[in-house]
Amino acid sequence: MSAAQKKIGALIVDDEDLARHVVCELLSSHPEIEILAECANGFEAVKAFAEQKPDLIFLDVQMPKLTGFDVLELIGEDVSVIFTTAYDQYAMRAFEVHAVDYLLKPIGKERFEEALARAKRRLGEKMPPAQKLAESARPPQQFLERIVVKDGTRVTLIPIGKLDYAEAQDDYVALASQGKKHLKQQTIASLEACLDPNCFVRVHRSYIVNLERVVRIEPYGKDSRLAILADGARLPVSRAGYARLQSLLNERK
Amino acid sequence: MHPLLTRNRFGPYLLAWIPLAGILVILTASGGGRSWLESCIIVIPLCAVYAFVCLSAWYTAKSAPLKPETALRLVLGHFLAAAIVSFLWVGLASVMTFLLARTPAFPELNQRFAPLIGPFFGAGFLIYLLAVALHYVILSLEASREAQARVMETSILAREAELKALKAQVNPHFLFNSLNSISALTSVEPARAREMCILLSEFLRMTLGLGEKNAIPLSEELALIDRFLAIEKVRFGARLRVEERIQEESKSLLVPPLVLQPLVENAVVHGIANLPEGGAIRLTSQTQDGWLTLTVENTFDPEATSTRRKGMGLTNVRQRLEGCYATGATVRVNTQADRFCVELSLPAETGASRK
Repeated sequence: MSAAQKKIGALIVDDEDLARHVVCELLSSHPEIEILAECANGFEAVKAFAEQKPDLIFLDVQMPKLTGFDVLELIGEDVSVIFTTAYDQYAMRAFEVHAVDYLLKPIGKERFEEALARAKRRLGEKMPPAQKLAESARPPQQFLERIVVKDGTRVTLIPIGKLDYAEAQDDYVALASQGKKHLKQQTIASLEACLDPNCFVRVHRSYIVNLERVVRIEPYGKDSRLAILADGARLPVSRAGYARLQSLLNERK
Repeated sequence: MHPLLTRNRFGPYLLAWIPLAGILVILTASGGGRSWLESCIIVIPLCAVYAFVCLSAWYTAKSAPLKPETALRLVLGHFLAAAIVSFLWVGLASVMTFLLARTPAFPELNQRFAPLIGPFFGAGFLIYLLAVALHYVILSLEASREAQARVMETSILAREAELKALKAQVNPHFLFNSLNSISALTSVEPARAREMCILLSEFLRMTLGLGEKNAIPLSEELALIDRFLAIEKVRFGARLRVEERIQEESKSLLVPPLVLQPLVENAVVHGIANLPEGGAIRLTSQTQDGWLTLTVENTFDPEATSTRRKGMGLTNVRQRLEGCYATGATVRVNTQADRFCVELSLPAETGASRK
């Protein structure tokens, strides 16, 4: 290895000290890999990722608040991910999000070396965009229970029941919840696909509303209406949006 | 549905009427100038009709179950019903004989039947009461069969829950995570790795041994939980804090095996594991007025959305307690802000009181 060759920066994310220790130890015989940080939860991982820009992440799946999949959705740039977990039921999902490998705990040396070799081969390759990853990571026929949003290095969790409405803004959606707006890089159509259609309605090309927040609908000009929400927000309702709203309300009766 | 109107009961019921009809025929034919033919012509249709009339006693018996408090009212009610039914029946007999008397074959049959009206009324009265008694017997038979089926069902449910509990006991994820901790410890702290191996073996050995027992002293259950928590403490470190407030006298009381362990495991998996800063699990036992109260309390993340397997352990414990104590045990779940608490109340039983 030439001295000019850049070291591979790695992040170890696991909520258990001992589990992180195993990975550190397995990496100790690899001087070409530099451990940039160890993180005990998803929040630390997102922060460390923004600050250190690692090439490789060892990521536990089951962690408090933010799972490994949430972390990946939030950072999802060009990074190689090796999942580490005691649960084999996540293997399929891991490969759907293009993980380099999936290591089952307890982790054996041979299997670890194999994963590392594979990671090195993949280092130069491009990853699909983050949003694609998140969508494919979501199990089919299951709607989001919460939305994870990153603002710089700060991570916010919005439980789906606390989302008032979403507004499209170019490549982003603004998520309104409890009087605040959170920006997330996602198209409104892909967000709509992740939400339970019995609770959330696309009332307009640019708006999805939480049905429970709608207080009343007022006429507004020719062919269009306004939805008045509990907190006073006024959202435009298109003709097609009004039809969707009506059919949903009729179904509920 | 009437219990006698079934394929294999209706036949015997009608057969039972044959001797009754026979007695009535003999009664009618003896003395008073009535021929055997006349007796049969009067009695057989009357009995056929009455056989169906008596079935109606089922509905009155069913709507008025036998209870000591209402015995007098019941007896009066059924006597009144018997009198009315019998009166109508005798009326039918009079109409029949009157019509038959108008045919040349049976001249003045109605006059020859008149002295029998009294005895027939008496017979009808008694037969109806007999029918009421018969229906009460059937009712109680059915009730006892139902009770038996219910007992059977509960014991099957309890057995199933027990099996499930035992199967779920050694949660594979718990094993894998523990093995991972051991593999990490072997290089850094070999002594602790060995200690953990021993804890894990003790936990497994205790769990396996419990399968054959119906009840164990609380102290044994607590010893199992201590092992379990000691293993999880290695994994979670300072994130897992445990407080125990165990009343000394309660330790010898009997409890179903593995009644607390699933709750403690839930507290770890659904409580502590979801908290980045960890939390506390509090175990208490208390005896009062012949009742043993056990609580498992833990901090949890109210915003956590993971609901997988939630309640499985709890449902299981609930079913097993139902099976062991019928309604004599309660399970109360209390959620307050970030605290989740399960409280079990069971009859305080010692080895001696159980036998």
